[in-house]
This record gives sequence, structure tokens and C-alpha cells, in this order.
Amino acid sequence: MRHMLDYYLTTIKIAIQTEFQYRVVQYFYMIGMIAEPVIYLVVWSTIARAQGGMVGGYTPGAFAAYYLVWTLVRNMNIVFTPYGWENRIRSGWFSMDLLRPIHPLNGDVAQFAGMKVVVIILWIPLGLLLSLFFKPDLHPVWYQVIGFFFAIWGAYLIRTMLLSLLGMITFFTTRVGAIFELFFAFELVFSGRLVPMSLMPPVVQQAANYMPFQWTFFFPIESLVAPMTLQHMLAGLGIQCLWIVIGWVAVKVMWHFSVRQFSAVGG
Amino acid sequence: MFYLALNYLRVGIQNEMQYRANFFVQLGQSLISLATGYIGLWLGFSQTNELNGWTESELLVVMGIFVLMGGVINAIIQPNMTRLLEEIQLGTLDYALTKPADAQGLISVREFRLWSLTDVVVGIMVLSYGVWHYQGYVGMIQSLEFMLSLLMGSILIYCFWLITTSTAFWFVRVDEIVNLFQGIYAAGRWPVSIYPRWLQVGLTFIIPVAFAVTIPAEALTSRLTPLILVGTAALTIFFSVVARLFWRLGLKNYSGASA
Repeated sequence: MRHMLDYYLTTIKIAIQTEFQYRVVQYFYMIGMIAEPVIYLVVWSTIARAQGGMVGGYTPGAFAAYYLVWTLVRNMNIVFTPYGWENRIRSGWFSMDLLRPIHPLNGDVAQFAGMKVVVIILWIPLGLLLSLFFKPDLHPVWYQVIGFFFAIWGAYLIRTMLLSLLGMITFFTTRVGAIFELFFAFELVFSGRLVPMSLMPPVVQQAANYMPFQWTFFFPIESLVAPMTLQHMLAGLGIQCLWIVIGWVAVKVMWHFSVRQFSAVGG
Repeated sequence: MFYLALNYLRVGIQNEMQYRANFFVQLGQSLISLATGYIGLWLGFSQTNELNGWTESELLVVMGIFVLMGGVINAIIQPNMTRLLEEIQLGTLDYALTKPADAQGLISVREFRLWSLTDVVVGIMVLSYGVWHYQGYVGMIQSLEFMLSLLMGSILIYCFWLITTSTAFWFVRVDEIVNLFQGIYAAGRWPVSIYPRWLQVGLTFIIPVAFAVTIPAEALTSRLTPLILVGTAALTIFFSVVARLFWRLGLKNYSGASA
């Protein structure tokens, strides 16, 4: 346990130091990433104003709060991409990871956790700037702030499990671009990434209850933005834990069968 | 340079023809991307009849042009610029610079992704559907203005890419440039007139998404004035000169020690 903790702390420290060296790259990425919620925000604020100031219970200020928090949640949701899995499996670099006496997923989780520290620090000025422009209607109570902290890390772990599962498909085939795109399309619709779930048709909302996606976007955002009771918050965090466990078990099973397919000798 | 570009095009096509199955992968990706874009549009129009004066069929025209232009970018502009970026980082740009041809021209034509043209076909289909349902008149003048503005828009996008990629001469690791562009280009899915004023300025003069998508759509929907068309032409010339100068300035900073 102790050596695992040391590994995590060291990897996180190295990731922080590495990422701080490339601040311009981080800002390039963030500006590109922030464009997506700004588009949604502008479109839905325009629709809300055209509908008399509110649509689906959201005012332009509420949309601003939703999509502003979205930017932070999205940053937290960035994990080792399935395209990265594809690349390291296809190129043979994965051989090096397999030689280490530790599951490669630990490296991914620790490295991206370290990157989050840098990302959050660099996000703060951008978040403040966006707040000045869009004036979000954001009034969380104390337990929402604490709950939000845990919810974004829960979202990070759920998404890590999901995208690792997806990435492991590349052990079997490298023509996975369309599969990845299909997954991201599903995520866009069922997670609250495109619009708050309450604006989705009822059938989509019901289907989303049986999927993990909304626990990576909608719940963390709503935990800070929407009025939420403590009970509701704790129940949400509990469901996130459940999805993390399900994801972890699925990753273990998938890993067991897929790593046998790996045959690269290079790297 | 023209014959050189043709030769690279031929090689690019031959290369891509080795992997014919990728056509179906690309087609799948294009259709998924189109479906997600349309879901956003459909959700919006389930709540309202028009968005800042744009009807649903007019926004389909915008979406068609967005997909079409995305195909052009992915087939020609982006692969060449990402290769340039990689070569600046590795120091292997020397191989291009020592060839007896204009360096800027050469680095802009070496890559061609045939299957990305699937987006061009899908875009044309969406565009045609939008025009079919459009209530207004689309005549010869509108079509000519559309073609002209589309051409100028793609030149402006190329200039933007070249300028941004050339920053690698100073910053070296600017890999996220692709994400930066794709994120901001997504704003073109909607007409820039719906955005706040400060963002409109950014999407017009800093990252020319407006010229690549909205202005061609305005040409087809009879919103384009001759003044804007002339202004677009002037800006295209201006940006082409700036991109050329920036590229040359960046080249002076290149030391390519590792090639």
C-alpha cells in the first residue's frame, strides 16, 4: 500500500512539474475546449431570451452558471484518451508499461491527476474572465462546494474506467475511430454535456438513468449549480461510487482477456 | 509548384487507396458527427422557430457548409500543418527547406487525405437539403458569391493555420493547436451573428470562422452585401501577406539541429 502511495505521489509530482513547463500548450488546449460550452451557452441563452427569459427552467444566468462550471468539470473529465491506447498498443510502446511491476492504469490515473492540479490553476483566470462576460447565476451552499469537490474527482474516475474500457478494444482491432466517435456521440447526448438533462426529451432522460454518462457531467455540474439537498447530494456521490466500482470490475475483466492479444515486440 | 502539388496529390491518393476500408470508417465518423450536430439543432428548434433571424433550413445550410469546409480542412490543410509542426519539433524540416522549390508552397501540399473528402460529400448533401427547403431564391449571382466566398474562406483558414503552426518556431511544443482550432471551428456550426459582439470580432478577424462558414451561408441566403464580399477579398489578400511574412520570420528562428 505504501509503495503504491509513493508511486502515485511521485508520478503526480512529475506530472505537475512537466505540465507547468508547457503553459502555452495548456492555454491553447483550454481556449479550444472553452469554445464548446460558450457555443452552447450563447445558443441556449438566445433561445431563453426569445422564449421570454426562460427555457426548461433555465434563465440566461442559470445557463451561464451551468456552462461555466461545465468548463471546470470538462477539464477534470479529461483522462487518458482511447486514441492514446490505440497509439501505444499499435506502436508497441505498451511493451514498456507491461514490463513494470504495476498495472499501467495506475500510471494513467496518477499522471492525469497531477495534470489536473496545473489545469485547475490555469483555469482560474479563464473562469473569472468568462464570469465577467457571461454573469453566471451561481449561489451554492457550503455542502454543495464540498460535494462538488468529491463529485469532480468521482467523475474523473468514472470516465477513466469508461475510456480505458474503450481503449482496450484496440487490443483486438486498430480500426476503432468510428467506435470511439459513436461512444462520444452517446456521451454527448446522455451526459448533460450538450444541454442540461432537463432539456432533453423524457425518453433520453429515462435512458440516461441506466448509463454512467450523466454522473461524469450533469451530476457534478448540478451539484454546484442547482439547489440540491444534502441527501440528494450524498445519494449522487453514492451512485458515482457505484459506477466507479462497476467500471473497475469491468476494466479488470476486460484487461484479463484483452492483454493476451498484445503481440508487439517493439517500443 | 502546380505540377509538384499535382504529384503530391497523386501520391496521396495512391497512399490512401491502399487502405480502402478507411473510407467506411470515415463515412461512419462523418455520419455520427453529422447526427450529433443535428441533434443540437433539433433540440434548439424544439423550443423556438428561429434563432436571431435564422430559420431551421437556413441553419441547415450553415451546417452543410460547416461540414464541407471541415472536410477540406481535414483533407488538405490540417494534415500538412500537423506534419509541419512535427518536423519543426524534430528538426526534420531541413529536408523540405533544402529542396529547390518555394518552402511555403511545398509544406502546404505534401499531404492529402482522400477519405476526409467524405465530409465534403456529406456537407454538400446537407447543404443541398437546406437549400431545397429554403424559402428564398438562390440564383446564379448567389451561387457565384457562394463559391467565391467559400474559396476565400478556405484561404483565410489556411493562413490562420500557417500563422498558428509557425508559432512552433518559437514555442516548439504547440501540439494542442489541433484541439485549439477544432474547438474554435465548432463555433462555425452556428452563424456568428448569434454570438456576443466581442466573440463575433474574434471569430471574424482573429480566427476567420465567420469567413469560412457564415459568409458563404449569407451568400446563399441573400444576406451578403457587395461591401462584405469586397471586404472579404481585401482581408484574404491581407492575411495571405501576413501569413507569408510570419512564416518567413519563423523560418529565421529555425535551427533544425537534429535532422
